[in-house]
Amino acid sequence: MHITVDPQKLPELAMQKSAGYWQTVGRRFMQQKVAVAAALVVLVLLVLAVFGPWLAPMDPYQSSILKRLKPIGFPGHLLGTDELGRDMLSRLIVGTRLSLFIGITPVICAFVIGSVIGITAGYAGGWVNTSMMRTIDVFYAFPSVLLAIALSGALGAGITNSLISLTIVFIPPIARVAESVTTQIRGRDFVDAARASGAGAFTIVRVHVLGNVLGPVFVYATSLIAVAMILASGLSFLGLGVKPPEPEWGLMLNTLRTAIYTQPWIAALPGAMIFITSIAFNLLADGLRSAMEIKQ
Amino acid sequence: MPLTPLDLGGPAQPMLSVRGLVKHFPLKKDVFGKGGGVVRAVDGVDFEVLKGETLGVVGESGCGKSTTARLLMQLIIQDQGELIFDGQTVGGSALPLKAYRRQTQMVFQDSYASLNPRLTIEDSIAFAPMVHGVPQSEAVARARDLLGRVGLAPERFAERYPHELSGGQRQRVNIARALALQSRLIILDEAVSALDKSVEAQVLNLLLDLKEDFGLTYVFISHDLNVVRYMSDRVLVMYLGQVVEIGNSETLFNNPAHPYTQALLSSIPTLDPDRRTEKPPLAGDPPNPINPPTGCRFHPRCVHAQDICSQKMPVLAHTAHGQQVACWMHVAGSAHGLAPAHPLGSATQEVA
Repeated sequence: MHITVDPQKLPELAMQKSAGYWQTVGRRFMQQKVAVAAALVVLVLLVLAVFGPWLAPMDPYQSSILKRLKPIGFPGHLLGTDELGRDMLSRLIVGTRLSLFIGITPVICAFVIGSVIGITAGYAGGWVNTSMMRTIDVFYAFPSVLLAIALSGALGAGITNSLISLTIVFIPPIARVAESVTTQIRGRDFVDAARASGAGAFTIVRVHVLGNVLGPVFVYATSLIAVAMILASGLSFLGLGVKPPEPEWGLMLNTLRTAIYTQPWIAALPGAMIFITSIAFNLLADGLRSAMEIKQ
Repeated sequence: MPLTPLDLGGPAQPMLSVRGLVKHFPLKKDVFGKGGGVVRAVDGVDFEVLKGETLGVVGESGCGKSTTARLLMQLIIQDQGELIFDGQTVGGSALPLKAYRRQTQMVFQDSYASLNPRLTIEDSIAFAPMVHGVPQSEAVARARDLLGRVGLAPERFAERYPHELSGGQRQRVNIARALALQSRLIILDEAVSALDKSVEAQVLNLLLDLKEDFGLTYVFISHDLNVVRYMSDRVLVMYLGQVVEIGNSETLFNNPAHPYTQALLSSIPTLDPDRRTEKPPLAGDPPNPINPPTGCRFHPRCVHAQDICSQKMPVLAHTAHGQQVACWMHVAGSAHGLAPAHPLGSATQEVA
């Protein structure tokens, strides 16, 4: 049975306040159980990052010669101890802040810089686009691990330098995504309509392009956080990032590798944290992506 | 809303004169530098849009209708030729592009793609006036007023997003946006083609009402001949980037002069057995605009083609019925066997 309703004649009550784009995205996101779970994990990690030092049961720097490499469940040490007898649980909790910081910061910096490059290239088009994107491609041609190691090695060890090198590593992929989305949006009729209204390029980008481009680029950048954490851990592992005795998962993975035969479970714990975090960010990005794909 | 202050040349001066418009799109060469060539999308088009009229533009897909629309809106810039809007050259010092765009607006075919999905419809409509310096509150008030004028209650629709509206409602929004600058010339590029027939009829009537209310001039581009006949005062027929016939709507539909127009009109399906066409339908696809035929571009498909047609390109000439047609059959003394022997009387010449 087909019922036709003239929208003009619908009672006012039936017409709710129109849901905005982000409200719709939020509702669709909440329908995805896996993505919501991933978001909760990310939330827990963020809480640990902020309040870690207060939540940790023990001092993460306090070592003990007598209680080295104790197994999981050892009395007083829920997750055992590391090679210097420091409480693993406390170190993992306190290490969240630094690990997330060096994972997220380069992605945020690269998101800003890469978006500017990609949107400029995509909106300008023509030879501007070609010259900018070919330059970006030179960086893109290197495997990201190699590029990160080479840049960090050239800049010297230290957190700041590893953040800079990771930022440079992530600019090309983000710029490419921003460029392709911008090129696609630029071809839509509403951009032509905006041009036809006499608006300048800057106004069109601000009002009509940014809102449509930043969403997809943000989702892509979210998925890069996992990669950034793994790369940052790799740099720490190679001694190019965080210095001991700072608790950071990548560095912990490095220093515990000697214990891989005696206490494999302890040695695997920092790796497990990196794994959980990267999976959570990836699933969160996936959920955001499908929530934002609103059918026309 | 009187628009007379903007009117410069009076009612007799054409709203828009299109002179020798040419747009070729270069094809990409391959790595060996071969290929190349150009698509002759619009290849020497001349016509005038008179004040207050609706000029229908018809033709097959790929004949250059949409390219012409984009050229008129200056979304793409012509290779050659010029546009003269109410006596002033578009892009010249008297009428810079931004000022021209305040007077000319366009409605696109795809009602969804032509609205920013992240903006409420009142913001979409208010955008153009704000670009031209209207304060936001005033622009939004104007947007709401226009929503009412196109039949969408502003209190219910103003804060909605494009995906919440039907195709017909969205196209009403697009029309309201085109009116927001109080433009005088509106280019409707297949503006109703994507709508259901019943909705299409409503939107067409809305367009006619708005034309009356605001004193608008339309360039109405469509492939639907019935719709063009219903809407247009004059009709322009395009074939492969060129104008083949232009004339009053009734004249052209009753006495089509160009063989292409005749074939096009005979392709209109009719339910009336008495009006069933006996004329041969158009055979084949239009030729490739990259490498158009020599002489008259229609001659490979034309039933009346003779030697002259493949040798020389015909120019627009007047017929006895008053329209202009580019066909050797209508040029007196041409080498075509069906051409009249004597030139037409001066009575029809002065129509121009």
